[in-house]
Amino acid sequence: MTDLAAEIEPHIPALRRYAWALVRNQDAADDLVQDCLERAISRWHLRRPDADPRALLFTILRNQYVNTLRQKARRGPHVDIQDAEAHIASDPDGERSLLGRDALQALSTLPEEQRSLLLLIAVEGLSYQQAAEVFGVPIGTIMSRLSRARASLRALIEGGTRVTLRRVK
Amino acid sequence: MTDDNAPVGEDDLLAFVDGYLTEARRLVVIRYLEANPAVKARINTDLAVRDWLRQRLAPIDDATIPDRLRVETILARRQETRRRRITAAAASVALLLAGGAGGWMANDLLRAHPTQRQQLALAAAASDAIAAHRIFVVETAHPVEVGAAQQQHLVQWLSRRLKHKLVAPDLSRQGYLLMGGRLLPAGSVAAAQFMYENGTGTRLTVYVRAVEGGDTQFRFLAADGLGAFSWVDEGLGFAIVGALDREQLLSLADSVYQQLDPQRRPPPGES
Repeated sequence: MTDLAAEIEPHIPALRRYAWALVRNQDAADDLVQDCLERAISRWHLRRPDADPRALLFTILRNQYVNTLRQKARRGPHVDIQDAEAHIASDPDGERSLLGRDALQALSTLPEEQRSLLLLIAVEGLSYQQAAEVFGVPIGTIMSRLSRARASLRALIEGGTRVTLRRVK
Repeated sequence: MTDDNAPVGEDDLLAFVDGYLTEARRLVVIRYLEANPAVKARINTDLAVRDWLRQRLAPIDDATIPDRLRVETILARRQETRRRRITAAAASVALLLAGGAGGWMANDLLRAHPTQRQQLALAAAASDAIAAHRIFVVETAHPVEVGAAQQQHLVQWLSRRLKHKLVAPDLSRQGYLLMGGRLLPAGSVAAAQFMYENGTGTRLTVYVRAVEGGDTQFRFLAADGLGAFSWVDEGLGFAIVGALDREQLLSLADSVYQQLDPQRRPPPGES
């Protein structure tokens, strides 16, 4: 019992952060994490012996999220409650702050797969191998997708920056 | 990447941003970036974006874990759910009497409330599972269509035909080894049957087919010396059938419930 807690709980802050970045609402994020943990715990003794616990937890969380997206898609369009600002760190450097918010907003406009990939690798520090487990594809595919995801995000941010600079003039 | 002087490629640039290069290789990439200002600008943007994202999301990490997300809380809640499920199974014998009645069922189905309709659909799946069990467990020549030696193929094939990701449950801890499985018709859709056998030749089957509606509790059905526990979990109806007493069957059902996780990965291309 306590072994299970020792194995799983160290990953919970990262799971909550990833979930929050996906849904941008603390309650909805925690619902997602709770579903993920319930599923993980009920199946924990069935995991492959060589399974990486961190990759496994992120896999379950992401699958839950993708399932909710598909359910929502079936029910028609939805509006996400954005309480993002409440959680965003204050940043003394004004220009950075502007670009930083742009990065987060730009990220939210990317397709789920690119968003998850960038969050898991760039923010949560998953290795390419762990990401390959989460997405169920070979490492080579992860790297080419990551490359495309970075290109998309760069294009969005550079586009956004240009608009901002023009407005400043 | 073992050769530190190999030409710098896209993989190196990715690994550079993510900090996975060896020191020697990192220096090679830095030299390359100095010589290629356009690429360097691109990489600097990637690094800046990564740092901004980390910084923006860092505060989420500081929060303490809420009580409802603690492993201990979830374990306690699970215990409670399981206890209720077993109690419900004990109370469900009455449903069986309705299960065999047959003729009026279709008529009743049309008028039934959604949850009743689902319970009737579940009862129908359970009686189909029992019928299939009866037919195939007595087979000595061809008890299964695809044997356990080709388990991976079997599971892929049945998953494809049922349009749900299936798992062949492992009941070896209870002494039952997978013999194999087969595809069965279930009205206009497909059903799957997995067959198991223990050391003394007792066979049991696990029957799966798509059932609409939400999850249900375990239901017990008994007929002519056979018992079945059935339930619906995430769009799939399951039934485990065998000539066993209820307690034995319940512990097997519980094990299957935990293993036959229809955790569907989204099909490629969707999402």
